[in-house]
Amino acid sequence: MEEISPKYDVIVLGTGLTECILSGVLSVKGKKVLHIDRNDHYGGEAASVNIEALFKTYGNYTKGEEPWKKYGRANDWNIDLVPKLLMSSGQLTNILVSTDVTRYLEFKQVAGSFVQQGTGPKATVAKVPSDAGEALKSPLMGIFEKRRMKSFIEWVGTFDLKDPSTHKGLDMSRNTMKEVYDKFGLEAGTRDFIGHAMALYLDDSYVDTPGKAPDAIERIRLYGNSVARYGKSPYIYPLYGLGELPQGFARLSAIYGGTYMLNTSVDEVLHEGSKAVGIKATMGGADSPEKIQFETKADMILGDPSYFPGKVKVVGHVLKAICILKHPLAGTNDSDSCQLIIPQSQVGRKNDIYIACVSSAHNVCPKGYYIAIVSTIAETTSNHHLELQPGLDRLGKIEEQFMGAPIPLYEPIDDGRADNIFISKSYDATSHFETTTDDVKDIYYRATGEELKVEGLRDVQVAEQ
Amino acid sequence: MASRAGPAAGRGMNTRFAQFKLVLLGESAVGKSSIVLRFVKDQFDSYRESTIGAAFLTQTISLDENTTVKFEIWDTAGQERYKSLAPMYYRNANCAVVVYDITQSASLDKAKAWVKELQRQANENIIIALAGNKLDLVNEQPDKRAVPTAEAEAYANEAGLLFFETSAKTAENVQELFTAIAKKLPLDQVGPRHTRPGQRPGGVSLGPAEGRDTQAGGACSC
Repeated sequence: MEEISPKYDVIVLGTGLTECILSGVLSVKGKKVLHIDRNDHYGGEAASVNIEALFKTYGNYTKGEEPWKKYGRANDWNIDLVPKLLMSSGQLTNILVSTDVTRYLEFKQVAGSFVQQGTGPKATVAKVPSDAGEALKSPLMGIFEKRRMKSFIEWVGTFDLKDPSTHKGLDMSRNTMKEVYDKFGLEAGTRDFIGHAMALYLDDSYVDTPGKAPDAIERIRLYGNSVARYGKSPYIYPLYGLGELPQGFARLSAIYGGTYMLNTSVDEVLHEGSKAVGIKATMGGADSPEKIQFETKADMILGDPSYFPGKVKVVGHVLKAICILKHPLAGTNDSDSCQLIIPQSQVGRKNDIYIACVSSAHNVCPKGYYIAIVSTIAETTSNHHLELQPGLDRLGKIEEQFMGAPIPLYEPIDDGRADNIFISKSYDATSHFETTTDDVKDIYYRATGEELKVEGLRDVQVAEQ
Repeated sequence: MASRAGPAAGRGMNTRFAQFKLVLLGESAVGKSSIVLRFVKDQFDSYRESTIGAAFLTQTISLDENTTVKFEIWDTAGQERYKSLAPMYYRNANCAVVVYDITQSASLDKAKAWVKELQRQANENIIIALAGNKLDLVNEQPDKRAVPTAEAEAYANEAGLLFFETSAKTAENVQELFTAIAKKLPLDQVGPRHTRPGQRPGGVSLGPAEGRDTQAGGACSC
């Protein structure tokens, strides 16, 4: 066994996407990185698992039975634990391109983006219009509302924060999004799908917050630009599941000298005064014949919340049900993959319900199957399945349903500057990775004192080759 | 099926061009990267540090006038050191070279373990070659040999592997190794199983320059 270095620039704990992007970027920038995970696989909370592992994780079967066997080869399944999709024009796509991690991955479009209007038997599902032309054809609006929506979308396209002449007489630093909607005379239902299915806000707090309009407009634009990039929907998705993303960035890190150790537990974080300076760890899990204990130092430690239970706080709970189907979602034109958003107001909630559906078209399951994940932010302390019910109602016959306890969302209590421990946030309830990449940038800034500029990374790599 | 045999299949009447993913496996310091460096660049560096800096290397072999095979060669990037190779590494690999050092008997045991891992993780019809490297050391000093040729060959036959003893330093048998693999690849049935992004129907290419090229392929289903 090759020797473990006595000193690294950075130790990274956990191989979730956030950690792997940081590890990759830091290695490309010349840092000496040691990357550890206590699990025997990559991805942490952002892994994709096979169907046998999923049954075993949730334990929803009788002991002695092997229910996964009726679903074909276990390894033909790559089921995401975190239901997210990539915005085609989003930050993660930028990082993937600028680091050339795209070389290891293949992406396909997500076939559609839909929104529900109404509730119960009268509910309708319709494609989210992404441009003025689609707005005019959308069944979501009446004839006059379509025209108002068209002029709103056209205005969003020409809006320039720096040019007050494009602000329709509003003060962007003080006015609210409600006032913008009022300006265009948009109806409540239209505001609903703009805010929740295009701007992708999880709740309605953005509507009345002064100065929030530019952010909302930026989000609507990101949606429109992402749709415009490839067509059908604003989303793309990697073949074989989201778990490929951390693996791709881990490979990037390794290629630039990063050292990887899975199946390695951290026994102790070493301190000098208030600063973390290294770790004691043991390589080799419970069932491995040889265990190797080692101690190593580092200038800083990055990690996911699970490695620092005393340094994080719970900021909310996500509810999630992973469902195996044998048919596409109703009302989605038999899309092989889609996102369906049920805005909170349509079903009397404060938070939206999301459904992310992928299928064999993305090599995540055998032919004929669909994997739909229904998720939302918990609003009650019990009967959580009822909160997801409007989403589950959209799925039709469910072959298999995996739903655990509410999943706590963690955030670090401190920014890490005091103790050199920089902790990431849990993967939140949003349907995409924009908040994940925000967290990557934030951690990078806290840890190095520099802004992370992803655009230059390709040049760094080319220069070295 | 010619239409599936890779991007350049249509160039001539009888030409075949196919691209295959090849992965390297074996214990650290047995010469995995050196064999590839010899094959791809015809170079050798005795003091080469552990693998750093390349996503993958490519090299083509012309089997005959009409048949060209392109290897996309993935190095472990050191992730094998602490048993931390990702499933991505094995994914869609068409062929593998498992390397051991003929002067270190334990390295053959490790190679056997990697073969098992490949059979567990990779495509079932993956083509595996076993390469006993550092033949130059034994040619200089025969008593340095720790793994008899016959022993490794018997194992390779039993496990259904191609087998060569190689020297990345002198280039002995390196070209032969890759040529033998190329000949065994299923050129007639299908093209590359690992097509590049954008070649698959509905696939998208994220690169800024080629980003728009795949629009026609991706947006035609409506």
